[in-house]
Amino acid sequence: LPVAVLLKDTKLMDVKLGQLGSWLAMRDFTPGGILGAMRRGYDRYYNKYINVRKGGLGGISMVLAGYIVLSYMWSYSHIKHDRRRKYH
Amino acid sequence: MLSRLVLRAAPAALRALPPPVAVGVLHTTRPLHTTQQSLAPVPPLPEKGGEVRHGLIPEEFFQFLYPKTGVTGPYMLGTGLLLYLLSKEIYVINHETAAAACILTVIVYGIKKFGPGVAAFADKLNEEKVASAQAMKNEAIQTLQTAIEEEKKEQWRVEGRTYLFDAKRNNIAMLLETNYRERLLMVYNEVKKRLDYQVAMQNLKRQKEQDHMIQWVEKNVVQSITPQQQKESIAKCILDLKALSKSAHAAV
Repeated sequence: LPVAVLLKDTKLMDVKLGQLGSWLAMRDFTPGGILGAMRRGYDRYYNKYINVRKGGLGGISMVLAGYIVLSYMWSYSHIKHDRRRKYH
Repeated sequence: MLSRLVLRAAPAALRALPPPVAVGVLHTTRPLHTTQQSLAPVPPLPEKGGEVRHGLIPEEFFQFLYPKTGVTGPYMLGTGLLLYLLSKEIYVINHETAAAACILTVIVYGIKKFGPGVAAFADKLNEEKVASAQAMKNEAIQTLQTAIEEEKKEQWRVEGRTYLFDAKRNNIAMLLETNYRERLLMVYNEVKKRLDYQVAMQNLKRQKEQDHMIQWVEKNVVQSITPQQQKESIAKCILDLKALSKSAHAAV
């Protein structure tokens, strides 16, 4: 019999689609919580790709790719004007 | 990887602790230091980082799609996505695209050519750092080992202190003996001197008595020789001498 875990303790990949809304509502949205989440994310990425003996290219290239995508999204509103067709 | 495990275990362990307890006068929100967690020894760094394919997409994505779509699934997804972005002009092709293409070509060429060299150089730097740290650690261990040896030796030396005390006791006994004998000799000498003095005194007294008696006897004898006896004795002597001279003349 698997251990019954509270919904708020399950990880994102274990949450069923129907429970996604309630799971999202249960998350910690205080500034401290958000900061904690960012710190956890940073630590996970850092310890997986950068804090190793023989780090590879993937570590920083993924960060740069993410930055490229993000900056494209932020400047889309004036790249829009270079489109070749108006209607797609 | 191991640090992620630790990070995952920590919140679960913290939530498993009992609710806040006021311990004596110190109000703690949770009991301190009840788990086995400690920061040392630090687990060693993992050898290689997470796998990344084509330098951009983590391997986990491919493994995630493998059961449903096989090996070509993610590539099909990528192609489809690219065509969608291009056809809907969500990704617009303009002068920046040409610039990006040239830059990316140069970057990829540079990485393919100089990548291994730079990696080897960085590895060498790391190796040197690790080697120097190891050397320091080994040296520290060595000094501590020698300190342990020295300490054991000192302990062994301490065991010999019984012999040391025995030798000292012997020395002192010898000194005492010597002193005693010296004093004994001194006493003997002094006593002998005094006894010798007494003996000498007695001898002297007897000698003086003897001498005095002899002198007195002689004196009395000489006094008792009257003049008449003297003449008689002188005449007798002369007669004796004549007789002797006659016999001597006869012998010659």
